[in-house]
Amino acid sequence: MNYLNTFKIALTAIRRNKLRAFLTMLGIIIGVASVIAMLAMGEGSKSYIKNQMSGLGTNLVMIMPGAEAHGPVRSSGTSKLEMSDLEAIARNQYVAAISPLVQSSAQVVYGNNNWSTSIYGVTQEYLPIKNLVIGSGRVFTEKELHALEKVCIIGQKVATELFTQGEDPLGKTIRVKNTPFKVIGVLPDKGTASMGQDQNDVIIAPYTTVQRRLLSIDYIQGINLSVTDDKDSEAAVAEFKQILRREHKIKEGDDDDFNIMSQSEMISTVSTVIDALKYLLGAIAGISLLVGGIGIMNIMFVSVTERTREIGLRMSVGGRGNDILMQFLIEAAVLSVLGGIIGILIGYLLATFAGSMLGVEALVRPYSVVLSFSVCVGIGLFFGWYPARKAANLNPIDAIRYE
Amino acid sequence: MSEKKIIIEVKNLKKEYDLGEVKVHALRGINLQIKEGEFVAIMGTSGSGKSTMLNILGCLDRPSSGEYIIDGVPMNDLNKNELAGLRNTKLGFVFQSYNLLSRTTALENVELPLFYNPKIRAKERRERAIAALEAVGLADRMHHMPNQLSGGQQQRVAIARSLVNDPVVILADEATGNLDTRTSYEIMSLFQKLNEEGKTIVFVTHEPDIARFTSRQVIFRDGHVISKDLVKDRLSAAKMLAELPVEEDF
Repeated sequence: MNYLNTFKIALTAIRRNKLRAFLTMLGIIIGVASVIAMLAMGEGSKSYIKNQMSGLGTNLVMIMPGAEAHGPVRSSGTSKLEMSDLEAIARNQYVAAISPLVQSSAQVVYGNNNWSTSIYGVTQEYLPIKNLVIGSGRVFTEKELHALEKVCIIGQKVATELFTQGEDPLGKTIRVKNTPFKVIGVLPDKGTASMGQDQNDVIIAPYTTVQRRLLSIDYIQGINLSVTDDKDSEAAVAEFKQILRREHKIKEGDDDDFNIMSQSEMISTVSTVIDALKYLLGAIAGISLLVGGIGIMNIMFVSVTERTREIGLRMSVGGRGNDILMQFLIEAAVLSVLGGIIGILIGYLLATFAGSMLGVEALVRPYSVVLSFSVCVGIGLFFGWYPARKAANLNPIDAIRYE
Repeated sequence: MSEKKIIIEVKNLKKEYDLGEVKVHALRGINLQIKEGEFVAIMGTSGSGKSTMLNILGCLDRPSSGEYIIDGVPMNDLNKNELAGLRNTKLGFVFQSYNLLSRTTALENVELPLFYNPKIRAKERRERAIAALEAVGLADRMHHMPNQLSGGQQQRVAIARSLVNDPVVILADEATGNLDTRTSYEIMSLFQKLNEEGKTIVFVTHEPDIARFTSRQVIFRDGHVISKDLVKDRLSAAKMLAELPVEEDF
């Protein structure tokens, strides 16, 4: 058989029915475009969130008291972290920087302005752990830490809410839960909220001060640390666990009374969730691709019926069953592939457009293009096969006299 | 005539259709020879078996029994694809309703049979199609679509299509059935011209006055051939055409 000729015949048939060909392709176009756009948006959001979280430090490890939740009952009430736990962990080789964390929500007042925010009690090492730098002013000193000095560093959000006249916050005294704190530093703008927590809406103070003067406790509520290399975070987490179990004298087989989370673990958890979402959306879009395929089958059936006489004629001038089969199969495949290509382009534009509207960079990955393209070819062949088979099996005598 | 080559040889050909309870005997033992250069009319009323005969002669259908040898090839031995190949290289069809592809130029319509012959390249295909259109006098309508052509012109395109593969026999099925008298005569004069140039033509018709343009009449009745005599007073379609009163709309 001469495939080139059959291909030409199929193309000519499509050219003769441009509008119908386009309408048939529309289903595929919409299907492919939405698959591409959905996957691109999913990929885009994933990398956006990954970047946001990496901004917090990929080598961040957080230790919190209390066991992981098992069902509705949580037995966190009694477990605590002590400074001795922190010191034990600080001796570990993986630790690059480590800081305790005590935290309180706080009403802060300056002049007539007041604002509800969170105050974090930490050491100086907290800033490098969280990838924070001082915008203006300074970090508190070791001396201030030991002396329980009432000094603080405020985030941009707190600064704009309290200092509405545009005055320089440095050196001013604000009241945190009625305790006066002197502002010694301001953090630069860390960008928009991520993970439900505005990084600009914080106050940072020496942990000793927050512990004793605001909360009146002697334990700590958490440990933040950074490991030397984020590749080691898994191994580090395992070692920290052993250290804490030893410190807390937990018997073999008993549950931990603390919870260790590494940022890289969180990133992979979030990525998994977004991937699941992305594939869900992709699958929904895939259904429209399937509907598009059925549209092709439908039109091919109509086409075969409508062109029964043509098929009869082709057979009588020497077209074999296989030639006819190939002609209609190629027609279906060309329609779906062409639709696929247009769909990929539109999907790309759609993703770029939606991405710029949402402030997320849409990422069209090669795999999604290859995937939807091959699905198109598959759909064309699959849904084209049955009508083409029907055409090829027509009896030429009946076909040529078909009215 | 006896020294001429036998193009079509049919021996004791039978065709039965099984319609469940009844068996329809369409052909009840046909013997027929058609030699090269003949212009044979197959006549008969509807139900006489002439359409069945044409289908078998055209290798579109198989006989229930009997032999059919076309140009030295016994068709009984051939499979479906080989039959298609036979239609492609040895046969030309002209139908009552032209059966041209719509939205396709005359030239492309004529090229169609050659598309199914892998031995013929695009350039030769085009040249042969142009030559065939010239032979039917439509060289100036080459790029017209069927809907831009009159019925007679469309049928001439169909004849060009049947010529393009240089068949051993042209099978015409009521080729003038849809045409008025004048155009019928035009088409018949074209067939006569082709016949004079050596083409073998089998022409199925039920109109006796059209059959008078042919050289031999094979008359079917109830699945039998009842006569296959030469036409004694053969008419020239070109002459008849010249004698027709000229009408206003021409």
